[in-house]
Amino acid sequence: MKLRTAGYFARQAWVSIRRNLWMSLAAVASVAITMFILGAFLLLVFNINFISTSLKSNVEAAVFLLPETPREETLAVQKQIEAMPGVVKVDLVPREEGFRQLSQQFGGESELLEATGGVNPLPDYLLVRVAEPETIHDFARKARALPQVEKVNYGQEIVDQLFAVARLMHWLGAGIVLLLGLGAICLIIITIRLTVYSRWREITIMKYVGATDWFIRWPFLLEGLLLGLVGSGIAALLIYWGYDLLYHELAATFVFIPLLNDQTLLLRSSLTLVAAGAIIGALGSLFSIRRFLKV
Amino acid sequence: MSLIQFFNVSKIYTPDIVALDNISLKIDKGEFVFLVGPSGAGKTTFIRLIFRQEIPSKGQIIVGGRSIARLKRNEIPYLRRNIGIVFQDFRLLSDRSIFENVAIALEVLETAPREIKIKVEKALSQVGLSSKARMFPHQLSGGEQQRAAIARAIVNNPRILIADEPTGNLDPATSAEIMKLLEEINHLGTTVIMASHAQDIVNRMKKRVVALDRGRLVRDSREGEYSYEA
Repeated sequence: MKLRTAGYFARQAWVSIRRNLWMSLAAVASVAITMFILGAFLLLVFNINFISTSLKSNVEAAVFLLPETPREETLAVQKQIEAMPGVVKVDLVPREEGFRQLSQQFGGESELLEATGGVNPLPDYLLVRVAEPETIHDFARKARALPQVEKVNYGQEIVDQLFAVARLMHWLGAGIVLLLGLGAICLIIITIRLTVYSRWREITIMKYVGATDWFIRWPFLLEGLLLGLVGSGIAALLIYWGYDLLYHELAATFVFIPLLNDQTLLLRSSLTLVAAGAIIGALGSLFSIRRFLKV
Repeated sequence: MSLIQFFNVSKIYTPDIVALDNISLKIDKGEFVFLVGPSGAGKTTFIRLIFRQEIPSKGQIIVGGRSIARLKRNEIPYLRRNIGIVFQDFRLLSDRSIFENVAIALEVLETAPREIKIKVEKALSQVGLSSKARMFPHQLSGGEQQRAAIARAIVNNPRILIADEPTGNLDPATSAEIMKLLEEINHLGTTVIMASHAQDIVNRMKKRVVALDRGRLVRDSREGEYSYEA
């Protein structure tokens, strides 16, 4: 292709956008809206993933020892558990400490002692954290097999539910992102096809006088690329600033919910959105003129 | 060697509409050929086969030494650059000036703007429209619009000019002018193939007449007349 021809293509694309100004604006708007929804949903999925992983990483098991277990044996069990694969951290909570914590809830140590007949009925227990939350079932089974262990608590149902929800959100999110992406492509193709349709006469004439298919395609490709770029650019800017604003708003209100505040990720998502919009615009154009080139 | 050759060419549209039935003929360089026959005789199909808008169902077509049926999709443009086409309804772009309408045929060949200017002006003067280059199609009469369409078809100096009922929308006086123009182009060496209903025009020109009827070649005569009962 000659450089002069590249200039010709760019000029043709620009002329076409100006001639079909309203249609072009409609295409930009439809790209902007679908890419905005797509981007917003993408960030929602990222956040849900983030929340569920940070909740999952807080999964702990409490290993209760038999009440009369001597302290040396407790420490030996702690060593044993620490040696188990996947275990990150084991904290010993001695029965005295447990009793103190309990007595705080009961309004004083002496009252509690009185109620329990002057003895501390609590066993020692170990707080265990594992590296992979999914392995906590296995860990619990192994810990229960130890002779000094009476029971292992780790909020089994809550953990299971959390995993189920996280898995569901993961697949559901991927599915919805895919559907939205397809929807965006369709919408853009329909809009661009309308602008192409208004020029089928020109395309036919160009074919008759011996234009190659690519000579006809290029201006449309550039047009689609530009419309996609502008539309998704608007969407990306809204997402970028909007999320920042929303984050500061929400982070102050819901302190207990961990939210993603990752500038790199946000920037990368925005740029991906822009690139996706440009590619969708270009592909939409190519797809739209396919039928008209068969002359 | 002949410029255009048809060997036992049939065109059948699915399922069983026979548009052309076993046609064989040769057209030499520099000829002026009328293609006559009633509506549905196969004239338009014949023309579309030459510039490869259609592919023959059977038989072989050679244009300028190349087989049309075997042409690859990306080779079609290069065939068409040797063929100028004129239609009954002119097919000019209403949002472009006459100059721009003619220039399209050179722009698609990536011709330099300076060269485009020279060639378009030459073509417009050849058809007698030099003074109307800046006007738009709707500002021109029917005959002038057809002249502009002819300028677009010949600006690239094609070896073949195909005209499908070029006078179909024009009054007799204007038609005569268009015929005179086509004859001039033919004299300059371009092979002209013209499909027509217009009996008086065909009879007056005394050129080769190829008559089609229901897809069959019923007559092919030098200096012929339109009437195909004979």
